[in-house]
Amino acid sequence: MPYTFHTDDDRRAMLDLLGLKSEDELVQVIPEKYRLRGLLPIERGRTEPEVLRMLSRLANRNAPSTQLTSFLGGGIYEHTVPSAVKNITSRPEFSTAYTPYQPEASQGTLQVIFEFQTHISRLTRLPVANASMYDGASALAEACLMAAKITKREVVLVPYALNPRYLRVVRSYVSGQKIELKTIPTTDSGDIDATALHRELNDRTAAVVVQTPNYFGVLERPWEFEKEVHAAGALVVASTDPVSLSLLRPPGEYGADIAVGECQPLGNEMSYGGPLVGFMACKQEFIRQMPGRLVSATKDVDGRDAFVLTLQTREQHIRREKATSNICTNQGLLATRATVYMSLLGEHGFTELGRICAERAHKLAGMIAALDGYSLRYRAPFFREFVVACPTDADSVVETARKHGMLAGIPLARYFGASARNLLLVTATDRHSDDDFKALCDALKRASLVKVG
Amino acid sequence: MSAKDFSQTIYGKSRRGRHGYHISSRPTEAPRDIPREYLREGRIGLPEVAELQVLRHYVDLSTKNHHVEKDLFPLGSCTMKYNPKVNEEVAAMPGFAGLHPEQSDDDAQGALAVMHALEQALVAVSGMDAVSAQPAAGAQGEMLGLLLARAYFADRKESRHKVLVPDTAHGTNPATASIVGFETKTFASGKDGRVDLDTLRAALDDDVAVLMLTVPNTLGLFEPHIGEIVDLVHQRGGLCYMDGANMNALMGQARPGDFGFDMMHFNLHKTFSTPHGGGGPGSGPVAVRAHLEPFLPTPRVVEKDGKYRLDYQRPKSVGALHSFFGNFGIYLRAYTYITRLGADGIRRASSTAILNANYLAKRVAPAYPVPYGERCMHEFVATGEPLKKHGVKTLDVAKRLLDFGFYAPTIYFPLVVPEALMVEPTETEGRETLDRFADAMLQIAREAAETPDVLLSAPTKTPVRRVDEASANRTPVITVPMD
Repeated sequence: MPYTFHTDDDRRAMLDLLGLKSEDELVQVIPEKYRLRGLLPIERGRTEPEVLRMLSRLANRNAPSTQLTSFLGGGIYEHTVPSAVKNITSRPEFSTAYTPYQPEASQGTLQVIFEFQTHISRLTRLPVANASMYDGASALAEACLMAAKITKREVVLVPYALNPRYLRVVRSYVSGQKIELKTIPTTDSGDIDATALHRELNDRTAAVVVQTPNYFGVLERPWEFEKEVHAAGALVVASTDPVSLSLLRPPGEYGADIAVGECQPLGNEMSYGGPLVGFMACKQEFIRQMPGRLVSATKDVDGRDAFVLTLQTREQHIRREKATSNICTNQGLLATRATVYMSLLGEHGFTELGRICAERAHKLAGMIAALDGYSLRYRAPFFREFVVACPTDADSVVETARKHGMLAGIPLARYFGASARNLLLVTATDRHSDDDFKALCDALKRASLVKVG
Repeated sequence: MSAKDFSQTIYGKSRRGRHGYHISSRPTEAPRDIPREYLREGRIGLPEVAELQVLRHYVDLSTKNHHVEKDLFPLGSCTMKYNPKVNEEVAAMPGFAGLHPEQSDDDAQGALAVMHALEQALVAVSGMDAVSAQPAAGAQGEMLGLLLARAYFADRKESRHKVLVPDTAHGTNPATASIVGFETKTFASGKDGRVDLDTLRAALDDDVAVLMLTVPNTLGLFEPHIGEIVDLVHQRGGLCYMDGANMNALMGQARPGDFGFDMMHFNLHKTFSTPHGGGGPGSGPVAVRAHLEPFLPTPRVVEKDGKYRLDYQRPKSVGALHSFFGNFGIYLRAYTYITRLGADGIRRASSTAILNANYLAKRVAPAYPVPYGERCMHEFVATGEPLKKHGVKTLDVAKRLLDFGFYAPTIYFPLVVPEALMVEPTETEGRETLDRFADAMLQIAREAAETPDVLLSAPTKTPVRRVDEASANRTPVITVPMD
């Protein structure tokens, strides 16, 4: 059997110490009627080359977007991942450690988390950030639970243009707390309908969720309704894309109480949508209501700088049924990768990334809008993602493009029903060249001809 | 703490105008197409460091961690076994790592095949009828379990509000119950550290929705009356959930489905060798019996004539817990491990884990008694109580172990053992390592009697010595302050 040390002599010596004849005697604490006689219905073990052969064959049955020309986004984005980032986080010192319960032997992990918290805090301009959540969706769900607890209110207003996959998760999470979700419609420009928001806000409102950029890529103007939300006694929960914060006004500056988002785009693989890594940041006054782990700077007994898990009395292993959340294991290694990524790109590289994404996306949007029959669905500003109105079903556009090795985008009918059937969500990033854009436009032209023909 | 104290962070190494990594080969401009009111003003405040500096910084930090490839990581309940390298090679294959989750099922047949095969393998290990791998960690698996229970009772027009847990339960069990809207009722374990049937009977009523039970329990003990326990709950109309954190003791030896459990979760990062990543990612697949399958989250991966697809059409489903399909990259590693070990290796792994734990318990018991008996499964809980007369606590033993180059066991849990030391060596440790660890434990016990100061001032060989948690709790410093 792979991965064990024992020789037959070892096993015999160990059994001797225990006064036993065979290892079988050790499992006799399991009542006989439950003990398996034979082997499980799983194949027998294989050698490493056999396993690699089998799994590469399966990998080859996929057509990964990284090997096609992809304009997919919807919360998961392909950006350049520097080799140095991949290299550092594959180190066993980071990958095979665990939760830093013994700080003296875990300073590496603790300091990385501290730097992650700092990076997130600076991006969001909120003073507190935790050590990570499972993904952007559950981070938003936890933020809603947190807001309801803080305000002792039970209605959360969510925008129509919220990532529909986040909405599914939020629904599951709040279902146990008698929290009611109400949808705020979107205007014809693609952003939150402030009049409708005004109508729904009342003394039962725990939080208003604003996602910017929203699922349609449109940038919201939360600063226009932030004061009204707070005047009503509710919190502003911002769900945002950390890459967009390279250019866009940070949540802390428009009065958000809690900010959450997905850190996959910060140097992590898409990996078919998981593992992902969520972040959560908040105002100082809510630190004790925050879920998840927090690291604090401190000193050791000799006065040296050190780091340690803090405010653990919020957490499940201490507070049990009164904990702020049940989260235990988080997404540490992906947070580590995001940390190294942000450190390496730094002020200059990260700004550059945002600018290139915005430049690329606007160039592509202009090219598509100039095609016969195609237009941009919304006039509002966007960052690196936008909705295209197609002259035909978005599904058939996607199909045509796929025949030419392209993933044209996400057909919105997948989530927003038949009325969205000609709408396509398209993303451009630093990975795209002008040739890629031209190829997509050619495919879109062909797709519109398919309809005419 | 003053700002200059952050000189050893990446921020302290930053110099204005230094560039780490260029995304573009040409200069970039501020965006022209986004109106100014949307834009950030001034600097973000990220550090400016060169690539080699970044590498040196994080390599230096990495050396300040204890980790599995350095030496024994005996953290009880966490199953810190070796994380095989081949798992990582598979997860990094471009055909898997480069897949976008919004791609069509046709483009992802290999990935869906792995998800399906992993779920089927977990069906086999659990003896249950269906598995959803979606939960991102064990605690989210527990959450799914309780959501399933609520949906199940709602479907039967029953209203039940309580979740029962023994006092040895992981903290996640009651915390999860609260999130899902159940009230937790804790009952005392029996004198032997196991569930006492009379106590359970007294705690049961028609308002109990679910009994959550860790098997073997957090003392490393199997419940000899497991069948009766499950029957008692079922007779009152409740469901039984098995916290599978300790499946490393059971896999290939016995199946929770055969005990009568309705549902359970696995921790792929414990039992199935995926790396713990300094805190995660984990993965917490949930296995259920047929009566709960209609409620599983969507999408489900289904197979027909060798073709796989994601199925969202499950009207009774509880919805979703993850943005997409769960921690797919972790499935790859766990599936690689399962195919590498096979049915024979899986059985051998659990029996070796049990052998190692029993051997180690026997070796350390002369100095650290094991109150609930030395015959354990994959882990045991010893007590540092005898050292107290020398003015030494379990915490001091843990800190002293760090000086020997080991990580410490889980301490002060479960609560039923005073001065608890919960030790789980796993099957991937050899006898020499176990002996070194046992020798260190015995030496520490001698030190406690002869030179207790050595323990009280430990650790001295770690990158920092004992840290001040109290002041951090009073005034937490969560970030490097802005200049």
